[in-house]
Order: sequence, then structure tokens, then C-alpha cells
Amino acid sequence: MITFDDVTITYPGASTPTLTHVDLVIPEGELVLVVGRTGSGKTTLLRAINGLVPHFTGGTLAGRVIVDGRDTASHPPRELADLVGVVPQDPMSGFVTDTVEDELAYGMECLGIAPDVMRRRVEETLDLLGLADIRQRPLRSLSGGQRQRVAIGAVLAAHPRVLVLDEPTSALDPGAAEEVLAALQRLVHDLGVTVVMAEHRLERVVQYADMVVVVPGGDQRVRSGTPAEIMRSAPIAPPVVELGRLAGWQPLPLSVRDARRAAGPLRDLLVGRTPHLRAVPLKARGLASTDDLVVRYGNHVALNHVSIDIAKGEIVALMGRNGAGKSTLLNAMVGVGPRGTGRVRVDGADPVALSGAALLRSVGLVPQEPGDLLESTTVADECRASDRDADCAAGTTRALLALMAPDIEDGTHPRDLSEGQRLLLVLCVILAARPPLLLLDEPTRGLDYPTKARLARVLTDLAEAGHAVMLATHDVELVAEVADRVVILAEGEVVADGPTTEVVTSSPMFAPQVAKILSPESWLTVDQVAGAMTADELDGVAG
Amino acid sequence: MGDRRWLHPGAWWVWALGLATAASRTTNPLLLLLIITAAAVVVSARRPDAPWARSFGFFVRLGLIVIVVRVAVQVLFGAAIGTTVLLELPGIGLPTWLAGVRLGGDLTLESLLMALYDGLRLATILICVGAANSLASPTRLLKSVPAALYELGVSVVVTLTFTPQLVADVERLGTARRLRGRKTSGPRAIAGAAIPVLEGALERSVMLAAAMDSRGYGRRGAVSPAARRTASTLLLGGLVAACIGTYGLVSADAPVLLGLPMLVLGIGVAVAGVWLAGRTSVRTSYRPDPWRAPEWLVSGAGVAAAGTFALAGWLAMPGLATSVDPPAWPQLPLLALAGVLIAMTPALTASPLPLSAVPPPRAPRSPRPTVEVTA
Repeated sequence: MITFDDVTITYPGASTPTLTHVDLVIPEGELVLVVGRTGSGKTTLLRAINGLVPHFTGGTLAGRVIVDGRDTASHPPRELADLVGVVPQDPMSGFVTDTVEDELAYGMECLGIAPDVMRRRVEETLDLLGLADIRQRPLRSLSGGQRQRVAIGAVLAAHPRVLVLDEPTSALDPGAAEEVLAALQRLVHDLGVTVVMAEHRLERVVQYADMVVVVPGGDQRVRSGTPAEIMRSAPIAPPVVELGRLAGWQPLPLSVRDARRAAGPLRDLLVGRTPHLRAVPLKARGLASTDDLVVRYGNHVALNHVSIDIAKGEIVALMGRNGAGKSTLLNAMVGVGPRGTGRVRVDGADPVALSGAALLRSVGLVPQEPGDLLESTTVADECRASDRDADCAAGTTRALLALMAPDIEDGTHPRDLSEGQRLLLVLCVILAARPPLLLLDEPTRGLDYPTKARLARVLTDLAEAGHAVMLATHDVELVAEVADRVVILAEGEVVADGPTTEVVTSSPMFAPQVAKILSPESWLTVDQVAGAMTADELDGVAG
Repeated sequence: MGDRRWLHPGAWWVWALGLATAASRTTNPLLLLLIITAAAVVVSARRPDAPWARSFGFFVRLGLIVIVVRVAVQVLFGAAIGTTVLLELPGIGLPTWLAGVRLGGDLTLESLLMALYDGLRLATILICVGAANSLASPTRLLKSVPAALYELGVSVVVTLTFTPQLVADVERLGTARRLRGRKTSGPRAIAGAAIPVLEGALERSVMLAAAMDSRGYGRRGAVSPAARRTASTLLLGGLVAACIGTYGLVSADAPVLLGLPMLVLGIGVAVAGVWLAGRTSVRTSYRPDPWRAPEWLVSGAGVAAAGTFALAGWLAMPGLATSVDPPAWPQLPLLALAGVLIAMTPALTASPLPLSAVPPPRAPRSPRPTVEVTA
């Protein structure tokens, strides 16, 4: 269906090609997963399929990309629109109309499909993706999962034979992600659509893939193979695979179901042992708290009588659906956004009353788009500005950065940093004033495994040093790894608040993979399991 | 009346332009205020819940500014008329070669009233346009635009999605500045935020353009480049001719041939261009808005309003213009009053909005944030 024939892509002004000598054949009706580090060229590979690269982005493409017999060199994206549907990373950025139904029809209108056929296909698409209830709704009023499904439906209604998706689940909560993946599964199975998808959250998707394409970045060659082949040796793997490698299971399980079948001996061995948990110096006095906090946006109650208390040295994870009020709570704790009734206290003061360096010294927030905080043109300038803002000794921020991310150079423009590097830079900027409370909003969106692991280490170190950390996230694996306590919000109310192990193992939606495999025993991460066993014991459970 | 659906946006525009035409025919403040009331009544009855629908309030504020500016200009530069001096102000007469221009000087009731009525008329026309803006969805209007003008319309849509995003960006960056402990207002804050805001906006437009392209926007049927060039030449040439024709019609000195005949010819050529270009496009339309009884009633109400005012003017009925010298109380001509009442009927005759587009009842204002500071 899709053939890459010795493709090399170089962007204008770049000294080295982004992709070199890619040879790839994707058969019809496959679900293909594209993996690789941030900035390795995954998006470039995806956009080359419908000719956006190079027709839209500029640059040169050597070799040939052929989709169903059409060469992208002679067919610009609009002439491939009936064949390839592309869902962009942020669905909202690609919406052209106002309502769900109009958006579904837009692509067909462009292709000149007859009105009666269009009517029928819109109805079919509404049913296929479960959008019938919201057909008249304005696109802005939809939740993240609904938007993603509308974006898929909008390209699907034109009946393309190839569907290309760039990180379709990265911004979604676990429930919404499952909805989207189930819809994709149905397309592949029932309609024979070829799906090509890039995704960092391997734990969510690897079990559904027929083929995995690894884009290693740099001048290394792009590889492809079956998921089992690739996962056996991949440097990045979801927890289920890592547990399988640790225990030496053959064949390597890719889904929780397969792993549970092999995990019997391991479960028996672990009975009676307890995971080693980080000792949290729980102090009675709360460092920060909200008391009966209510926040409204017009008619919508974003936070409904929320009372929580955070102690020094504690890492609290804030979870819940898209739109449950997580960001609103974090914003209220730095005194941003509308404020209803109730009290917020951070380090003894109300954050609304603080500003400037005094605010920085009591609480810091890394927002969803960390790049918003950066205004300077070089990393060094940004660090100097940060020292001035925080009123601390010159060089403080730079020293922190050298500690956390030694590979960042002074002269780089912050925009040219990778997603992960930018996050760490912002983290250093916020930490320069040493706020006792650090808040992070969705820090792992779009981060690859190595960067995530680095972030997890940084957060644990901060907690050891006495900072309290609260992070809003959908990433259950990160929560399992770092959080001491989990607070779950639903419709603006706290529905669960307790130690991580208790909260996540009691909910199938928020349980990490290791917990699902080893339930009813309460183990959350591969590291916990590895730490509790000797090498001889591990040899014994291989089966 | 009728089933719940979106009214054809063209009907709203005909109605609003009819109302604006009526307003342009009178300086009677009572009639002008009644026209504004009519527009407001219809907007409040049929306005959907969408970001573009909130523009009515903005246009009302713009109208107020227009009145204030018009009066201020009169006070500062206007030639005095009448004799009822309200306020004696020092004035400078400029040399004769700048005849008629005067700075300051006595403020008379007559000139003040004239400026006020004139400003009110302009404001009313603006408010009528604002009413159309908040009643007719721009994206639905785009569907009714001939295929050849589609490219033009799309740039409007991109702008419309761009502005609310820009506002959201400015807010987000204000928050970001607070998080860095910087000032959130003042020239430095604006300068610091300007570049990231524009960068973000530009990036989003490029992403939207890429998305539209990958969904097949701008696909062409099998048409030779020569035919395409002919079509655009006809369209452009026709529009230029129409412009010259309009000038000829308005200007007193232009030869007669440059007037109406040129205008008709220009419009004819442009329509031919549109038709030819429309044939090269492959677009079809999903659920085009129908034009049925409610559309006839709404657009008819606008035309009727314009008609009654024109008729009243042609019959030289008293009260359409209000005398300022000597100042007199405005009268209410019955014919024009009837026109305004007809213009209010779309509040009932227009098809009601689909339930999903009906705005929710006004929320009670949230209490002001209370800030307590403990030592």
C-alpha cells in the first residue's frame, strides 16, 4: 500500500538529512506503529506519506514515496486527499468548521462527493465512532477524547484507504485513549483501512500493532519488524515487556493478558513480600492546603468544595478525566484564574496576594506548555533573567541546569531545544527561587521514555531534598513510579485521596501494567519487583 | 414558527442591510433609536451561542464611540450654525485660504444637535451591521458563496478562527509572566508577550492551512490552465469596470457613459467570470441552507423597512429629517414607524435555532475574589 523507496529527506537550511535512506513497505490493512525518540523524524516520516513533506514544508526528498500507485512527487497533498487521511497531533488545530456534522462533511465537500452520498456517509461515520449524540455540538465544547474521535471521523468520512495519526492518545486520559484505540481497531478489522500511527505511550498501543517501525534518529537506518521482534531488543519498552524481559518469559508478552498467563510462578514467589517504598517524612503540619475551594467558570463548576493538604517532601499525583478540574486546581494554588469561595494557603500565605519574587519563593508551576515561560533568545540569557526574577545569586539557574541537563548548551535558542530539554530548562527556571511547593501540569505529554525516566529521577531527588511536588498527569506509569499519594478528581470533586498503591490498584482505569499483571499482589513497577528478588529466584520464574 | 433550524445567513444580511438603508434615510433621533431597538430585539431573540455571535455588544460600543467622536469633531472644528450659544469658548479663525475651517469658538445648540443626530445615524448603521454579524454564521454564509469566490471566503474563516485563539494566547502568556514573577501589565509585559503570541498565531495558521490542504481543499477538476486564466481575467476585469461605473454614477462631472452602462457591463462580466470559474471547481455542498418561508419573511421585513423610509422620503413626509435650526422636537411619521415595526417581526417569524445553539440562561455573576492575607 505504502512504499518508501530509498527516501532521504533534508529540510531547507539543515546541514544533515532528517531521514536517510528509508526503505519501507507497508502492506494493506496493517496497523503500523512508528516509534522513536522526540525529534528523531517520526512526524517527518508520517507527513511524507501524503506529501505534506516536502510540498508544504519545503526541503528536498530524494527517492520515491508511492501510495497505492501514486507518487507523492507528482501528487500534492490535495490530490491524495481521497486516498490518505491525516489526523494532526492537536486535533483542534485542524478543524475548519464550527460543528461536528459540518466538520465530518468538510473533506467530502472538497472532494466533490454527491450530496446524497455525503448524507449517508456522515451518518455511518457518526455511528462508527460513537458521535451521534454530539452531532450538533460546537467543536470547542467537546472534551479531548471527543475531539480526537471527531478528527478521525472527519478524515474517515472521505473513505481514505490509509489513515495517518500523529500521537493520537498523548493528550488523553486513559479512558478516552481506550475509546480512540478501540475505534481504530474497528477500522482495521472491519474496513481494512491501513493505519500508520506515531505514539510515545507504547504501553497503550503496542499490543494492537501488526508492525513496528523504529525511527532511531541521527544517521541510523529506520528498521521495521513485528512488535515481538522489535520489543525483544528495543532500548525503550513498555513495563509489560520489561517485566517479561526481567522474568525471562518466552515468547515475550506484549499485552497484560499474555503476561498474566505467564506470571503465575512470579506471583506465587512474591506472596508475602512487600515492595520497597520511599520513606516519606510525613509531618503533621501541612505545607500547602486548599480548604473548601469552589471555582466556577460561568455556569460550570470547575472545582466543587475541594479540600486537600500537602506535606513537605511528598509527591502527590493529581489524576482524572480531561476537564475534571486538575489544571484549575493547580492554577488556584498559584493564584491564577477565577477564584470562588474557600481558602488557599501555601506556606502560610494566600498565593493571590503574592507576586514577583515573593510568589516564586513560595510556589512554582510548570504549565502545560512550558515554552510559554521562555522569552529570551538564548539559554544563557534565560538563566540570567531567571536569576534576576527570583532575586537570587547570579549563576544559580545555570548551575541547576548543568546538574539536571548537562547536554544543554548556552548559545542554543530555547525554541530549538527538544521538548524534554525545554521542560527541564523551565523546571530549573522555576526551581531557582527554591519554592517549597512545585506544581507540574501534564509534564510528560510528548516525552519519550528516556526523558521521562530522567524527569522521574529529578522529581524524586527534589522530594528527598524536602520540596513538596504535585503533578497533574494522565500517565499511570509515571504515577506508579514517583507518586507517594494519588488524588483523583471527577467533575471538580475529590473522589479518591490516598497512598498510590491503594488508589491505583483499586481502579482498573488508573492501574499500571505491572499492577494488572501481578494483582491481587500490590506491585506497581518493574523496579520494585526487581528489587525484591534475587538473581537465582528470577531464573526460576522463567517459563 | 416552523421547525428548529439555522436561518439562511443571506436572509439575515438582507434584513440588516434593509434596516441600515432605512437608517441612512433619516436624522430623526426617535426613529434611529427605534431602529436600534428593533435590531436589539431581534438579536436577543435569535442569537445563537457561538463566539462570533457576541459581536453585537462590541458594535454597540463602537457606535457610542462614533457619536462621541462626531460631537467632539464638531466642537473643535465645525462651522457654527444657529444662534443659541450654550457655551462661550475661545476660537481661532484660520486664514482665508483655509476658509471654513475654524478651531474652537462658541458652542451652539444647533451645531451640537446636528452632530449628535449625524453621529447617531452612523452608529445605527454600524449597529445594523453588528446585528447581521451576530445572527448569521460566517461559515454558513461561506457555503452560499459561489465556488469561484470560495478562496476569498476561506481567508475570512481563517481570520475568524484566528482571533479568539489570539485572545486565549494573550491570556495564557499573561499567566506565564505571573509564574515567572514578572509584571503582567505595562509596556514591557506587552513587548515581552508580543513575539510569542504572534509566533503562536502564525504557527497555527500554517497548521490549519496544512490540514485544509491534506483534506483536499483547492482540488481542481480537469481544466486547462488557459480556461482558468480566462475566468480570473473576466472576474478581475469585471470588478474594475464595476468600480469605475460606480464612480461615474456618483461623480457629477463624469461622462454619462462612464456611469450606469459601465456598472452594468462590469457586473455582467464579473458574473460570467464567477460562473466560468465555478465550473472548474469540484466542490459540492453538504446540507445547503434552504430558502423557504421564514427566509422570505425575514428578508422581506428588511426590504419593507427600507421601502417605507424611501417612500416617506419621496412623499416628502414631515418628520423624516429633524430640524436643528431652529431646534424642534422630532415628530414620528406613521409610515416610517410602521416600517420599523415590520423590521421587528423576524424576532417571531425567523425559524428558531436548533436546541444545541440556544444560549444557556445568563449565569449569576460569580462573587468577587476575596483576598485574605495572614501575617
